[in-house]
Amino acid sequence: MVIAGSEGAGRKIRGKVILQRERCKGCGFCVEFCPTHVLEMDKGLNNKGYHTPMVVSAEACSGCDLCGLYCPDFAIFGIRIPRDSSEKQEIV
Amino acid sequence: MKADPKGVLTGIHFLDGDHACCEGALAAGCRVAFGYPITPSTEIVERMAMRLPLIGGAFIQMEDELAASIAIQGAVWGGRKSMTVSSGPGISLMMEHIGLAAMTETPCVFVNVQRAGPSTGLPTLPAQADMMQARWGSHGDYEIIAICPNSPQECFDLAIHAFNLAETYRVPVLVMMDESVGHMTERVVIPNAESIDVVPRRFTKSSPDTYLAYEPKDNRVPELAPVGEGYHFHVTGLTHDDRGYPAMTAEAQERLVRRLVEKIRNNANEMAMIEETQTEDAEVILVAYGITSRVVLRTLQLARKKGLKVGVFRPVIVWPFPERRLRELAEKTKVFVVPELNYGQVVLEVERLVGGKAKTILVPHGGGGLHDPEDLLRVVEEALR
Amino acid sequence: MNEHVNPVERFLRMDRMPHIWCPGCGIGIVVNCFTRALVQSGVDVDKVAVVSGIGCTGRIAGYIKLDSFHTTHGRPLPFATGLKVGNPDLKVTVFSGEGDLVSIGGNHLIHAARRNTDIKVFCVNNFTYAMTGGQVGPTSPLHSIATTVPYGNYDMPFNLPFLAEATGAVYVARWTTYHVRQLTNAMVETLNKPGFCFVEIIAPCPTIYLRRNRLGDGLEAMRHYKQDSKIVPGANTRDVGMDLSGPIVVGKFVDKDRPTLLEAMNQEYGAKLGKEYVPFPTGVQR
Repeated sequence: MVIAGSEGAGRKIRGKVILQRERCKGCGFCVEFCPTHVLEMDKGLNNKGYHTPMVVSAEACSGCDLCGLYCPDFAIFGIRIPRDSSEKQEIV
Repeated sequence: MKADPKGVLTGIHFLDGDHACCEGALAAGCRVAFGYPITPSTEIVERMAMRLPLIGGAFIQMEDELAASIAIQGAVWGGRKSMTVSSGPGISLMMEHIGLAAMTETPCVFVNVQRAGPSTGLPTLPAQADMMQARWGSHGDYEIIAICPNSPQECFDLAIHAFNLAETYRVPVLVMMDESVGHMTERVVIPNAESIDVVPRRFTKSSPDTYLAYEPKDNRVPELAPVGEGYHFHVTGLTHDDRGYPAMTAEAQERLVRRLVEKIRNNANEMAMIEETQTEDAEVILVAYGITSRVVLRTLQLARKKGLKVGVFRPVIVWPFPERRLRELAEKTKVFVVPELNYGQVVLEVERLVGGKAKTILVPHGGGGLHDPEDLLRVVEEALR
Repeated sequence: MNEHVNPVERFLRMDRMPHIWCPGCGIGIVVNCFTRALVQSGVDVDKVAVVSGIGCTGRIAGYIKLDSFHTTHGRPLPFATGLKVGNPDLKVTVFSGEGDLVSIGGNHLIHAARRNTDIKVFCVNNFTYAMTGGQVGPTSPLHSIATTVPYGNYDMPFNLPFLAEATGAVYVARWTTYHVRQLTNAMVETLNKPGFCFVEIIAPCPTIYLRRNRLGDGLEAMRHYKQDSKIVPGANTRDVGMDLSGPIVVGKFVDKDRPTLLEAMNQEYGAKLGKEYVPFPTGVQR
């Protein structure tokens, strides 16, 4: 499933989150500590039976990679996208 | 490979066994050692502390034997040859790490200058009561090599051999001295470096992409990789697979531990070091190792003077025990007399191998002194009656 | 398929994933910070060795794709000492739990610190012996519940930064797994600092310590770390002891310099022996 990001909206840096859902064990750290509240916990479950995060505010992502630092299961990380790139958010 | 002359104190010396052992280690290429003081082994580390700084090495006294016994393994993985020394109480502390060295196949040398035990025992007096501990002291199934010098000269020569065996089989090797050999001062001839053969570390020629840390190679021994060169290997005391990764299954256990045991047991006859004296026609054979192997030579002399057909079988490498030769001798010998400075350890192995084909007589001794050769003669005479 | 790879994977043995740590366990966060620090510090990563003891944190060695050594319980420090002396060019790091490093390994801790062995120690403190099911540990707070103190812990816990400073560590810091940037920074600093560096990392153990002590799950612990921690750089380590739910003082408390074990040996022996002494490589560039 792919969620489209917005087109720049006047902000200097954009970022995107790459999530590998099947690694996630639902601890909730990324949702909690994302400084711009990009994520929320999904009501659905992954194959392991955990609630995983989902991107709810893609345009708010700055690519700071705090989610990557906080994830104990190496299931999510953030990258910065140059302003003129057309990359979109990805969930695998 | 020849010995590095920097570590070879060529010449004719008057040294005790402890000092000679240190020189043997240096000749073998040991430049980094760790230890802790304990009678009667302390002189070995004291000499290390004095000699190593002058030849580019280092001796570090650790906080206890547990630390010393694993620090040497860190140094080995760092690429060095390393050794530690101790006696009874310290060797008991080191047992866990002897098992670690066996499990991780870390080539290193442990010297036990045996003293009377158990517990604090008689710190300044000899015994040979750690022989079974040497083989079985750590938990689980594994094999080590144990070698028993009986003179200061042999402490030098066999220390080198111990390092060579360790590198060949990637196993901890125990040099089982005892206090009388350690504190006995005799002539020690140290040859030129060119006449000393040392076995270098068996580093792999494979690239990091194909190298498997615990894949059995020649002689069922895996090759080592140099640390810090991008091999990114993993070493663990957990049961592991050929990659060195923990593998918690019975199959992995069988594959690994069977090999650890068999790589030594199956090479017992190949690596055997035996000294036989007048065994060709012997009706009674004295089986002795370490210092006792010198005592029995006097008994042999006295017996032969009386016309008794006596011989001496001396395993120099006691573990693995030279099974084939002893079994051969059991076919044609009437009695095996086994004097040991303990209440019966290696005799159990002799008895097992003799298999009832001959009589086995233990001559025990609690340690603290040596057997009287004439007492042994009486046992021999009694046995022949 | 995206071509971006999680930066942690470069340093992970991906053929061993997923790891064994529980949901909400903080050890994975320590791995993240370390892998970022490896890159940021500019060290030659092939020269970095990872040594660990036994326990949940000890499993780090098995997952990190560097030369790594999973040693015996309580003994990573003397192994690391031997490794560094045997090969001073290596950057030797130690990852282990507080039980491993401070209880069974306590003797080795005080001596490695005393002699300023040039190793970097990352002590993950989750207040319990988690791997074996939650026994009391040397830092378990008073009144906490553990299987071997089922009616409440009556033993005073260690104050680890105080202990490390008292025994001679030249770098002492405490962070929690909430303080990911500061922890990463601390790791970068220690990788480039000679001497015995000790970083205590408070981490959640949701399955055992938190659950048995009714302290919530990993997320609640992380919220507690965020809300109740105070960053006090240079705090007096006497005052940073912890209890069950009180404030957590974090920060870099000690950052000083003195000769490492090998430097000190060279200095002493060099002075006494002069030309006769062959200086031992120290691996230190000052």
